[in-house]
Amino acid sequence: MFKEDRSKFPKKLADGSFDIDLESHKFTKIWQGPQHPGITGNMSLELIIQGDEVMKCTTHVGYLHRGFEKLIERRKYIQGFPIVCRICVPEPDFNEYNFAAAVEELAGIEIPEKAIWIRTLVLEMARTASYLMWLGGAAGSLGMGMIGQWTNYLRDYMLDRFEELSGGRIYHMYILPGGVRNNLPDGFKQRMLDTLDDIEKVMKDVDTVLMNNAVFKKRTVGLGYIDPSWIEPYGISGPNARAAGVPLDVRKDAPYLKYSELDFEPVTGKDSDAFTRTDVRRKDLLMSIDLIRQILDKIPEKGDFIAKLPNVLNWEIPKGETYIRSECTRGEYGYYMVSDGSMYPRRVNVRGPSYTHAIALMEKLAVGVNISDTAALMVSLHTYPPEIER
Amino acid sequence: MNNLLNELKNLFKASDLEHKRDDLVFITVEKHYLPFAIKLAKDNYGFRHLILMTAVDWLEDGFFQVTYLLRNYSTKKDIGIRVFIPRTEPVIESIHNMWETAATYQRELKEMFGIDFPGSPKINEPFILEGWDDIPPYRRDFDTKKYSEETFFPRPGRSTNDPEEYMKKKLYPQEEKDV
Repeated sequence: MFKEDRSKFPKKLADGSFDIDLESHKFTKIWQGPQHPGITGNMSLELIIQGDEVMKCTTHVGYLHRGFEKLIERRKYIQGFPIVCRICVPEPDFNEYNFAAAVEELAGIEIPEKAIWIRTLVLEMARTASYLMWLGGAAGSLGMGMIGQWTNYLRDYMLDRFEELSGGRIYHMYILPGGVRNNLPDGFKQRMLDTLDDIEKVMKDVDTVLMNNAVFKKRTVGLGYIDPSWIEPYGISGPNARAAGVPLDVRKDAPYLKYSELDFEPVTGKDSDAFTRTDVRRKDLLMSIDLIRQILDKIPEKGDFIAKLPNVLNWEIPKGETYIRSECTRGEYGYYMVSDGSMYPRRVNVRGPSYTHAIALMEKLAVGVNISDTAALMVSLHTYPPEIER
Repeated sequence: MNNLLNELKNLFKASDLEHKRDDLVFITVEKHYLPFAIKLAKDNYGFRHLILMTAVDWLEDGFFQVTYLLRNYSTKKDIGIRVFIPRTEPVIESIHNMWETAATYQRELKEMFGIDFPGSPKINEPFILEGWDDIPPYRRDFDTKKYSEETFFPRPGRSTNDPEEYMKKKLYPQEEKDV
């Protein structure tokens, strides 16, 4: 880690940044990315290094810009829901839920009880799948490929459950305005419970191999410390904030769907470094498994899973605006939707947690980090670039 | 929350109060009062989390709506502060001094809507679109379909359905027959 008194470091300017003169040949500028080991997607870091320590980091995004917000404006409300899931690949369901809930609120639609429970179930399943993939990435960024193989095969079991539920493994397009697309298939509950048992069993091994690993500990303890006082100015949310000891969890703070009827406490850590963030996510995953069990117990057997909608091709939504949020694996995921009273949305804005984590915060945290640890730092912030550029 | 709304009304002539939910309120302030209104909400009423800031283009009426969504973590309430600015002069005071992340949002708004925030860090550097020389693409008068037809070309051998006609056939076959 960086210590001020080491003579090889350059002087600091008045604003706290380093006095970097590239012409002096003491510095090297390198690019990491757009294929960066630290993230799921494409994004690059422009690093100025001296020796092997980062002096300055600039985040560059734009490699995945597909203009989702503009695309949604050109489509009717019902045509929007198959698009929004593509904003985040590893956990598309939060987009589907936020979009559907925003449309329902603006249109004043009540959805059936069973649909609310199934939505809660699907969101927790997505959280489990996403955390499993992330754990593999966190270990992989420090050279431990085996853990990634374990967690990814577990994620595949979860994707099997998604497949029987919705027909799709990655993009489910399952939650739509009005409810969900299908009922739970026969025997789903038992197969889900078996999958959860499998995950729990292997998670014990992951715990032994990853959290007690000397190399992992040595490289992540103290890496990327986030001070609790940065949470408000930098808009940090989710596990990154919880690892700093601040229990920010939308599921608890502003309960949506059925979270107020479930029994859980947000997982918090106290050291706020990459190691603690890994630990918080690992425990959050186990909590998510517990939540799925609770949901499966409470889900009603009978009932409608979708509300009766008007003709969706001539569906005019009353004028208004709203903001819907949910807790995804990375923090607060929100949709701000404005309707002008026509059949097309006037504006949909996606608030992805990576937007604040990967740009302003990453540029601050990367300074002083060893270049071989930038990938681990990036993973520890849990970034998905498509939600930055939408 | 009510104290803040009263103070905004009295001090800054805020209007168009809209109670969306118990925990979400939208209110409109005038452009020159905006930084003071946000500072009041942030410093005196605990709305210290900037959820997002974004713009809406009301092309027909000739103005942009910029919305600042703020959250108070202790009372668990949200407020959306709206400001309307003319499309002909899209400039607002920057709030990057209040939140570090605001600079990123402002950089994006400058690029996507052409709304300027003088003094905001890196405001003129490209954010998502490098080398873009057309009008800002999220404005309503930018035609995405025309742009993509001019820039890209369809791959041969592919057929496509008109989504709306196709959905009508699939979803409401009876209606189709009646017509």
